[in-house]
Amino acid sequence: MSFDAANLLPILPEIAILITASLVLILDLYLKDQDKGLNHSITLIGLVIAIGLTGAVGGGDAQVFFDGNLIRDPMSDLLKGAILIVSVLTFIYARPWLQDRGMLVGEFYVLGLLAVLGMLIMVSANGFLTLYLGLELQALALYALVAFDRDSSTGAEAAMKYFVLGALGSGLLLYGVSMIYGATGSIEFAPVAAAVAEQGISNKVLVFGIAFLVIGIGFKFGAVPFHMWVPDVYEGGPTPAVLILSSAPKIAAFALAVRMLVDGLHTLHPDWQGMLVILAVLSMGLGNLVAIAQSNIKRMLAYSTISHVGFIFLGLLAGSEQGFAAAMFYTIVYAVMSVGAFGILLILSRQGFDAERLEDLKGLNDRDAWYAAMMALIMFSMAGVPPTVGFMAKLLVLEAVVRIDMLWLALVAVFFSIIGAFYYLRVIKFIYFDKPADDAPALLTSSGVRFAMSLNGLALLALGLFPAALLSVCQAAF
Amino acid sequence: MAEKLIFYILAVITLWASVMVITRKNPVHSVLFLVLAFVTSAGLWVLLEAEFLGIVLILVYVGAVMVLFLFVVMMLDIDLATIRAGFVQNLPLAGLIAAIMAVEILLIVGPGNFGLDAFPKPEPLGAEVSNTRELGLLLYSVYIYPVEIAAVILLLAIVAAIRLTLRRRPDTKFIDPAQQVRVRKGPDRVRLVKMAAEDVAPVVDKGDAQ
Repeated sequence: MSFDAANLLPILPEIAILITASLVLILDLYLKDQDKGLNHSITLIGLVIAIGLTGAVGGGDAQVFFDGNLIRDPMSDLLKGAILIVSVLTFIYARPWLQDRGMLVGEFYVLGLLAVLGMLIMVSANGFLTLYLGLELQALALYALVAFDRDSSTGAEAAMKYFVLGALGSGLLLYGVSMIYGATGSIEFAPVAAAVAEQGISNKVLVFGIAFLVIGIGFKFGAVPFHMWVPDVYEGGPTPAVLILSSAPKIAAFALAVRMLVDGLHTLHPDWQGMLVILAVLSMGLGNLVAIAQSNIKRMLAYSTISHVGFIFLGLLAGSEQGFAAAMFYTIVYAVMSVGAFGILLILSRQGFDAERLEDLKGLNDRDAWYAAMMALIMFSMAGVPPTVGFMAKLLVLEAVVRIDMLWLALVAVFFSIIGAFYYLRVIKFIYFDKPADDAPALLTSSGVRFAMSLNGLALLALGLFPAALLSVCQAAF
Repeated sequence: MAEKLIFYILAVITLWASVMVITRKNPVHSVLFLVLAFVTSAGLWVLLEAEFLGIVLILVYVGAVMVLFLFVVMMLDIDLATIRAGFVQNLPLAGLIAAIMAVEILLIVGPGNFGLDAFPKPEPLGAEVSNTRELGLLLYSVYIYPVEIAAVILLLAIVAAIRLTLRRRPDTKFIDPAQQVRVRKGPDRVRLVKMAAEDVAPVVDKGDAQ
């Protein structure tokens, strides 16, 4: 049994991230308090190197490595790149908040990097085992990040809820995997797909397993009725942790769904389509309706996440290549929007003050017109107003649904997204048409944060005007 | 035949112990029943010729994890009344869902789908096959990538646990034994303080005695 060193080539980005995390972990011991910023720089350098490596080792047709545990295909290349880029933004936005609260410590970066590592592993998994391990790595890091502020009781409560429900979701997922393994005799996706194609859809064990897989996916995505943790965790967790939690993990969850349902069980599409329809309709409905009633903006964004998850499911349930590409496009765009929205909340926070209520956005235009414009772009994009990319993303998933003759579903989606537009536009009203609170100081941000936020906001506009580039990459993945 | 008998005995004990785990009022009893469930499942694994896994289950889970868990449970002050609050109220819905799940599982994971015709009994392996060796070979060749990921998860667990529990507490009073033994005889250990034998308020000595 010889080991081929070529196996290591496709995991070079993962290796880079792991080395960076280890470096930060060790170096942090020797850093004085005023030098902790070095952790931040090393983390960003490591992420940028990983982005470069992803591009260097990526491209070309799908290849399987590590005796079938790892796959490198166009989808993994694209999603890895997206996860890493979004993560760079999260770390840039999080730094001032951490510094103001004396939490700029190595552990934040180590936990964040290991979460990113877990997502990368999930994205390129070729079997249930690797996928599950990646999921656990990511989830454990995120639980710890939510509890990162040790003195905050709401943070501890949020982490506890997240942990218990996350563990429950993982358990259900594993139970489903055990059923699939029992019916097909393999935990690798290609043999599973072959065995499923042979047995056909008559096998009840497979359908039973899929039900649990879908429940697990629902938990990880935060789709209704498995959404209970989302609002509490978003509201209770420290904003930088929520920033990480709400963006890149959605891309990883998308990979989780596609790897299991499409790579492994595509033949059983009629079975899981119905389950996803239920999740999608409930998520879009409840997410958009309840978000209206929120006065806490983090909670509002949590319900908005739930509704966006519904849209992502629309693309997935279509079961066509066009649908998968649309869902992927939507997921990546959603991650960019979410990171921007929470980034603005971090910019609005200052020492001893967290921007959490909708009123905290009042008069943002008077305080800083540029950030106000960026937040407006993000909100327009979330609402799906052209020419921002959110419109394009919604259009694509709706097209996918209409193409499989589920017109009613498309109409339901449009109906709920119109309802949803109300609370996004309310934020814009607060920004532009209300006066700022008297005690609101001018916004002081570093040029790095300003540059990242400009890039983030303008990317939504640019992608909306010229969606072809990203869309063609998404379509090439399927 | 003897194998079958042992299987049923172990299986019944496992099920009974599992039910006891979730129904006992005293959490310490629950943990002890969990230990029993683990021991009998280890026996089941040995019956399946997975001796290594059976032994590891006893060594790692029963020997290390559960003992640690027992200590934790003993030290926690668990208020059972708050945990049980709303039990009766939620019982109908929870019971209904549990019953549906149980029926589904029984229908699916029954002899219909997992019977001997679908999964014929494997030939027993000879005495020369060592499943420790086979497992080791598989783990470090075919499954090397998952093993490495599992290692990273353990590293993460260490980092997370330390971050969440290690705090500096300047107000905690503790004695440093290293300092204690370094105290020399003579002036470090005993200090004579001269005091006037008067009936006024005593002079408070601000210096701390090492």
